[in-house]
Amino acid sequence: MTDKNKSPLANALDDTLSWVDARFPLTSNIKAHLTEYYAPKNFNFWYFFGSLALMVLVLQILTGIFLTMHYKPDAELAFGSVEYIMRDVPWGWLIRYMHSTGASMFFVVVYLHMFRGIIYGSYRAPRELIWLFGVAIFLALMGEAFFGYLLPWGQMSYWGAQVIVNLFSAIPFIGPDVSEWLRGDYLVSDATLNRFFAFHVIALPFVLAGLVVAHLIALHEVGSNNPDGVEIKKLKDKKTGIPLDGIPFHPYYTVKDLVGVSVFLIVFSAIVFFAPEMGGYFLEANNFVPADPLKTPAHIAPVWYFTPYYSILRAVPPILNSQFPGVAAMGLSVVAFAFLPWLDKSPVKSIRYRGTLYKKWLAAFVVSFLVLGYLGTVPSNIWGQFGAWMGGADRATVVARFFTAVYFLFFILMPWYSKKDKTKPVPDRVTG
Amino acid sequence: MKKILLAVLLMPFFTLAIASEEVHLDKAPIDASNHESLQRGARTFVNYCLNCHSANYMRYNRLLDIGLTEKQIKDNLLLAGEKVGDTMKVAMSKKDAAKWLGAAPPDLSVEVRARGADWVYTYMRGFYRDSTRPTGWNNTVFDKVGMPHVLYELQGEQVLDPETHELKLVKPGTLSEEQYDAFVGDLTNFMAYMAEPAKQQRNQLGWFVLLFLGLLLVLTYKLKKAYWKDIH
Repeated sequence: MTDKNKSPLANALDDTLSWVDARFPLTSNIKAHLTEYYAPKNFNFWYFFGSLALMVLVLQILTGIFLTMHYKPDAELAFGSVEYIMRDVPWGWLIRYMHSTGASMFFVVVYLHMFRGIIYGSYRAPRELIWLFGVAIFLALMGEAFFGYLLPWGQMSYWGAQVIVNLFSAIPFIGPDVSEWLRGDYLVSDATLNRFFAFHVIALPFVLAGLVVAHLIALHEVGSNNPDGVEIKKLKDKKTGIPLDGIPFHPYYTVKDLVGVSVFLIVFSAIVFFAPEMGGYFLEANNFVPADPLKTPAHIAPVWYFTPYYSILRAVPPILNSQFPGVAAMGLSVVAFAFLPWLDKSPVKSIRYRGTLYKKWLAAFVVSFLVLGYLGTVPSNIWGQFGAWMGGADRATVVARFFTAVYFLFFILMPWYSKKDKTKPVPDRVTG
Repeated sequence: MKKILLAVLLMPFFTLAIASEEVHLDKAPIDASNHESLQRGARTFVNYCLNCHSANYMRYNRLLDIGLTEKQIKDNLLLAGEKVGDTMKVAMSKKDAAKWLGAAPPDLSVEVRARGADWVYTYMRGFYRDSTRPTGWNNTVFDKVGMPHVLYELQGEQVLDPETHELKLVKPGTLSEEQYDAFVGDLTNFMAYMAEPAKQQRNQLGWFVLLFLGLLLVLTYKLKKAYWKDIH
């Protein structure tokens, strides 16, 4: 339909759009997910990290494509090809640092995003599936990071992979076969590097992308939670059917998220351009030594984002000479998040209306996570040993055991303390 | 009960200090903008280190970065018919090196990133006479090191005082102590540059990127304010 008040170009665009809409639900999808997706108007600082996580994922895929053009997944060539990227590929150093910094920042953003979900009860009904998809994304991300970390083929890459793959052999009965299947060899070798490369650049990115889509579809089906934990869909405008406390995601949250993106990029660029090693936490010094299967480093530590779980692994003592309890505890410490929707029995969702009992437990959990995270980066003899009264145990190990217990008690006791907690009344509408 | 909990919570922060029980390292005089120092260091590296140690990821013509011309590189640094675009390889094979020297000398391209500039600087000044070692040399920061003191003619010979654990120069070399420190300082400076040749460009570019993003933040913030002014 030609509209005489519009320019020929605008008319042509309208025609094109109707042509597309007759064949693909473009306009209706833009409406459903952006311009007529109503999000609560009271999102705060904590709500930046979802969109930031999506942006970092895109950034990782884009920089990853360019790294793949120059990287060689070959035990003889891998280390050198990374240095080739750093020196001879035009802007290779920038692409590589963006990718290595992006890996760590992905976890920073995802941890903050998960923490947001925890404090505002975003995992509670009807959002359990969003949360489960989220936990699955977190697991896939851990796999993605683990496989990717082997690729530079430095000492930490090599021995980190060796230690982690060996963990699987502690699983009763099937363990040794599983770890051999993962490695494709009896020790981490060229075969391992090749398959980790395949997992890192094809398998897990697909899994991640699919899960992210599922995460967003589920979110847009039930609508976003908010810092008050109020369901905005309960109170709608009688005429329009739009939630009274809802505003269209686009343009309101797209422009707001641009502010978050700007701040994030400032932090991100400060690291990329001025401290890409981040004091050894993002790029470890020992990883600038090529992998050597005959030389075990004195201290093997995973990258910082795995250290809380690694601490738990080390803290749990072997039973009947089997490392399995530690491995199981580590696995459980990650998977535990998936149970939150059913462990939390509180009548309210948001921390704003919870009592002090819950807040104390949450604080204890956060402290445990941070202390375990720190302890996972250092050798367990870092604080020396206790005297004979404790059997000469490593102090750090005893502390890690204590905090491992607190970590799990946060989950195990949640049905009890979340119910017993003295909550405050929740308002009908969102507050500021 | 609360006090015990508090004590346990705070313990990590009080006991952090116990952790640092490592060898003292001297601060290396690193200055990536000092091209003369980098050039002197490059000459030392090619003349002394490159006989046994390779720098397989470093190209000779990258030295154009530090103010050398192609002709200067060809005349002064290419000693065995290499091409200017070659990387700094060493003629000795890894197998031979392991046979002759006990262990293959490591590639030094990214040594400073692996060990730190201060370590390299202290290491090159930390050799002392030790008759129990096959080479006759030992080192304060790398005990039982396989490498002999290649620069001993310049530095002279040091011995380690078994009681104070301090080094003492017993036989002076051709350089004074200050001259030798400066010599090793230049070498370390070059090795730090070689470990990441793009570092200076990275740092310089960083300021422009941050400036741009700062402006972007102002704009996006204003945009957000403008859109949100009717939301209460």
